[in-house]
Amino acid sequence: MVWQSAADFWAMGGYGLYVWGSFGATALGVALEVWLLGRGQRAGIKQLQRMQRWEAE
Amino acid sequence: MNLYHYAAPAAFYGLAGRLIPWFAWGAALFAAAGLYISFFVAPTDFQQGEAYRIIFIHVPAAWMSMFIYMVMAFWCAIGLAFNTRLSFLMARALAPTGALFCFLALWTGALWGKPMWGAWWVWDARLTSELILLFLYVGIMALWAAIDDPKRGDRAGALLILVGAINVPIIYFSVKWWNTLHQGSSINLMQAPSMAATMLIGMLVMAIAAWLYTIAVALVRARGLVLARERHTEWVQKIIKEA
Repeated sequence: MVWQSAADFWAMGGYGLYVWGSFGATALGVALEVWLLGRGQRAGIKQLQRMQRWEAE
Repeated sequence: MNLYHYAAPAAFYGLAGRLIPWFAWGAALFAAAGLYISFFVAPTDFQQGEAYRIIFIHVPAAWMSMFIYMVMAFWCAIGLAFNTRLSFLMARALAPTGALFCFLALWTGALWGKPMWGAWWVWDARLTSELILLFLYVGIMALWAAIDDPKRGDRAGALLILVGAINVPIIYFSVKWWNTLHQGSSINLMQAPSMAATMLIGMLVMAIAAWLYTIAVALVRARGLVLARERHTEWVQKIIKEA
């Protein structure tokens, strides 16, 4: 084990800002993409349903 | 199994739907294993301390940004040559994820550059060519968004992607061709890697996770595009009605 304590882990040997800034931005980017994708798919289906109803009339 | 069968949109839609959960769960598992190696198995670097752990994000993200672009260029070439409908959709489905990885490569690079070089950014050949790659991704997506006719958009985007593909070998070889502040590649197909085995394994595991993730999100996006494109066909009408 590399770390002596939880505080030691979060400090990353003084490079916490840089290491967590990198891993955090990646987690945020992936979460954002997955969220936007889910929202976009649902909106897409809804729009297609509206078009279907509109074209049926 | 006839692979051409899945070039038909309806068959592709069904197959992609069945495959997505496998890729998504695979990505989650590899990411968990990769993160564990990144923080609990890989030792502290004797020169860079803990800051080097950024490598486990930075290198896979940079690889993916170039790799996804080449896959897009491949699909565009196939689409232009054989006029296959799904090929352009694959390029469209991949672009946002490629742009994300490109941005993350630059972002994590800046966060690594500051403590090691003393600068967030330098106009070095590697960094500049990667920034151009981000502009290409954004430009391609803006071009698609600006052209209403999907088929014209496909072709215009494909042309830009293929012309822009020249940038990828420039990024890759930039550290050889120019005198850059960015270090040369630690992994080379021709020689043994110049890094510790656990670091290498961690990087590869994270790269596989990024790969599986990319396939999963691109398939979800491609399915949505297929529905929109094929909305007048009977099978799509049926799916929409039942959704």
